[in-house]
Amino acid sequence: MTWSDDQPMVSIKDLHKSFGALEVLKGVSMDVMKGEVICIIGPSGSGKSTLIRCINALNDIQQGSILVEGREVNDHKLDKLELRKKVGMVFQQYNLFPHKTALENIMMAPLLVLKQEKAEVEKLARQLIKKVRLEGKEDNYPGELSGGQQQRVAIARSLAMNPDVMLFDEVTAALDPETVNEVLSAIKELAQDGMTCMLVTHEMAFAREIADHIYFTDRGVIVEHGPPDTFFDDAKDPRTIEFLGQIL
Amino acid sequence: MEAFYEWARVLYETTGINLPFIYDSYDRGRMIDGFFMTVKLSVICLFFSVIIGIIGAWLQNSPLKWTRRIVNGYIQLFRNTPPLVQLYFFYFAISTLLPKVTNEYGGQEPILGGFTWAVISLSFFAGAYNVEIFRSGIEAVPDSTIEAAEALGFTRLHIYKDITLPLAFRVVLPALNNNLVNLVKTTTLAYAIAVPEMLYEANQIWSDNVNVTEMMIFMLLTYFVLVGILVWGMNKWERALKIPGFGA
Repeated sequence: MTWSDDQPMVSIKDLHKSFGALEVLKGVSMDVMKGEVICIIGPSGSGKSTLIRCINALNDIQQGSILVEGREVNDHKLDKLELRKKVGMVFQQYNLFPHKTALENIMMAPLLVLKQEKAEVEKLARQLIKKVRLEGKEDNYPGELSGGQQQRVAIARSLAMNPDVMLFDEVTAALDPETVNEVLSAIKELAQDGMTCMLVTHEMAFAREIADHIYFTDRGVIVEHGPPDTFFDDAKDPRTIEFLGQIL
Repeated sequence: MEAFYEWARVLYETTGINLPFIYDSYDRGRMIDGFFMTVKLSVICLFFSVIIGIIGAWLQNSPLKWTRRIVNGYIQLFRNTPPLVQLYFFYFAISTLLPKVTNEYGGQEPILGGFTWAVISLSFFAGAYNVEIFRSGIEAVPDSTIEAAEALGFTRLHIYKDITLPLAFRVVLPALNNNLVNLVKTTTLAYAIAVPEMLYEANQIWSDNVNVTEMMIFMLLTYFVLVGILVWGMNKWERALKIPGFGA
């Protein structure tokens, strides 16, 4: 079971997920190669967030398979810690630790989980603060930062674990319109650096610009997928066309 | 100091207001011993009751059903019975079931003395409330914050120690404050099993001097000041822990 770069970094096959009697995902499959950026779009309640939350085992799976770098996530013997070292996640509500400063938020996981040297971690954290353009905010608490700034701290916090793939769950949905762009450009730079990214998003223009591949989900299935130009200009499925017609 | 002692003696001779714990060196010694016994009993019980609260609240969220049941049973037992009955139960019922030891005079005595039983009994009594207080704080920590820590690979213990507890602590401080005030006041029950704390010593003094009125006024004022110091300290601590932008 050795995994190499030429195999999908994330490989999802026939994924089923229910919350009680409600089946949210009804057989979803997709492959994401190293360095690829994929966007998942679709109406509310179509299972987009559930899908990416399954990838780092925040949601468990009833049926199907998710391989992350060749390792099965749908396995009760799964080492969640190993998985989560590889998979970074950024949430809609940032979910920063409110009692820790921006810098401490970034440093916590490398210190506690990876048990790295404090001096090294602090150096890395300062680099990441710079990368997300928050110099001068190191010692501010989350409550003192705007939504866009908090979300960039959250991105830096996730990057501090040096993940191989990043999951973004509607990360701009809770932001003021004027701060959306600062977060999107941070993600864009990340994608340009070659980070494998999976995004659930409602930012169509952004998805079109950044994605290598777009997936459209509706009622728990992938209705249509393709490269952005084909997807946006030449959608085939009536549900996709209807959705795009409503939002574009 | 001598002048003050003398003043109390003159006060007694001229007005009949009898404060032997000032002018009489033997009574003064008893009162001081009693005061420090009360402080010692309070501090030790405060410490253990908070530890019990923290550990109990952690065990309350245990995946093991029986662990949760035992914790809940403990809370019910200690909240729904009078603390004086608990104290007697430990001192008279449990103590007699334990082996005896031989003391320095060759006599038999219980392995644990009144002070130890008071510490055990009062710590468990206040601890039962503290478990519930900490639980309320833990429940106030948003699941999404915990989820972010999980996604970063934190273990359950790290999440509790570094995220949940520090946040919960800030939420529960006012309620904890209340319970600890109650605990300090409840240490007077140790009088009932002859722990020579402040009320016990006061009783010794008023038995010898027949000055119940003076002693009761003095007791009331002393406890008022003692608890006032605790409240002042807790409020100061509460302010010191305040995080910019977090909480109301």
